[in-house]
Amino acid sequence: MTNATHTYTYRYADLPGLMALMTGDEKHGPAATSTLDVLWVLYDRVLRVSPERTADPERDRFLLSKGHGPMAYYAVLAGKGFLPVEWLPGFGSYDSPLGHHPDRTLVPGAEIGSGSLGHGLPIAVGTALGLRAQGLDEPRVWTLVGDAELDEGSNHEAIAFAGPAGLDRLHTVVIDNSSATYARPGGIAARFEAAGWSALTVDGRDHEALYAAFTAPHPGRPHVVVARVEPKSV
Amino acid sequence: MDTMRDRFAPVVSRLLDEDPRVAVVLAEIGVDGFSEAARRHPDRVVNVGIREQLLVGAAAGLALTGLRPVVHTFASFLVERPFEQVKLDLGHQDAGAVLVSAAASFDWPAGGYTHMAPGDVALLDTLDGWTVHVPGHPDEAETLLRHAVAAGDDKVYVRLSLQSNSLALPVDGERFRTVREGRSGVVVAVGPTLDAVLAATEGLDVTVLYATTVRPFDGAALRRATETAGTDVVLVEPYLAGTSTAAANDALSDVPHRVLGLGVGRRELRRYGQLEEHVAAHGLDARSLRERVGSFLGAGAAAVA
Repeated sequence: MTNATHTYTYRYADLPGLMALMTGDEKHGPAATSTLDVLWVLYDRVLRVSPERTADPERDRFLLSKGHGPMAYYAVLAGKGFLPVEWLPGFGSYDSPLGHHPDRTLVPGAEIGSGSLGHGLPIAVGTALGLRAQGLDEPRVWTLVGDAELDEGSNHEAIAFAGPAGLDRLHTVVIDNSSATYARPGGIAARFEAAGWSALTVDGRDHEALYAAFTAPHPGRPHVVVARVEPKSV
Repeated sequence: MDTMRDRFAPVVSRLLDEDPRVAVVLAEIGVDGFSEAARRHPDRVVNVGIREQLLVGAAAGLALTGLRPVVHTFASFLVERPFEQVKLDLGHQDAGAVLVSAAASFDWPAGGYTHMAPGDVALLDTLDGWTVHVPGHPDEAETLLRHAVAAGDDKVYVRLSLQSNSLALPVDGERFRTVREGRSGVVVAVGPTLDAVLAATEGLDVTVLYATTVRPFDGAALRRATETAGTDVVLVEPYLAGTSTAAANDALSDVPHRVLGLGVGRRELRRYGQLEEHVAAHGLDARSLRERVGSFLGAGAAAVA
């Protein structure tokens, strides 16, 4: 399936070139680049996943909830060998598995299909519960949401449950590009903390800061990392 | 007699003991019945609180890790409120689950319209791949619950109701059952409507089919019945009238036929009261059914007994 010559040969500096192979979703361009550094650090240094392990029960799960502007996601998946780079130029076309919102049944390595906002975090809660119920103690569960995506009430059902339930294998990264119409500074981390989560807010372009926040211990509590990037519209 | 819902927690508690894949997801409603099971299987009995989007979303997550979630609350909060989760988190993600509802179309009339879901089966009809069981007796509910949980990773809806027939019939989780044979019309009785249908058609020259699994619709059984009973078909369903009319039409698409779809009316009654009063108000009591079936089938079906 995957072209072996492309596996593991790409670096962070190659991602813009991979993204440039995809055209047709310029509307979501800012949404795509906002996630680039977070996705790279996760897939490069944090997630215990690989193209050979996409069906391994012991793998970490990454659920892209914010399915808008998935070019950075596809670029990282291609760069890490989950899908062939040759697929990227077909982005959004009828015969391509790569849509403007991802479909888990079509994209190797995608744990969920997304697009409608507010679905990833509740599914991540269930994934964490399911792994726990089967005694699979190693895999961690990650989901990525946008700051404006947190407008959707379904997220708050999940946030309010996961803290008191002590789902410490659950991780959320919020890409905060100030795109929510109604928001107050500091409000995102406070919302999670009020529900009993561990919370850190960092520069979403600083790879070392992201890595430190992603790997910070949080015993007994789910963990959120708010990754602040430049505002979507200035 | 106990109710279908009285059987739900004991049956599923046994399945939790027998099958390590089974997990129960609740949103406060029905939690008491699982208190013992939750002690034995604390990680496989999950109460998410009064959060129905999370109820279905979390069930999908459980399924994606390989478990078989059984999800329960009132029909209005299981299918209608989190409908997009049913459509996307289960359907689009290609994840299976067993959704088990209570309260049906108007099991709690004094509770009013907020707790009524006559449109649940019609809503699921907008989606692909759902099996729908509508038991007509607690014994049938028990059998169909076991079928549903055992159905691999299928998406299955089990509609439990306080409405019930006096006697249980054998059910196989698949086919319609012929309970009476005649030559001048076919009446399909779904789940708990059977007693009223049998009373209503007493002495009429009609075939009565009993349906407890309505999706997939057993079109082959309907076709077979029409070979001797003719192609005048009446559907009697305990949810929105006409829900299965298209399925019946599809089964008979190559022959001239007529279909009358009876069931719960679309108009909101804005009445409280008792279950029987709502059955009658929607014309689903035996006397009303006899009038409506009789006038549709005409003289040919009349009194042969």
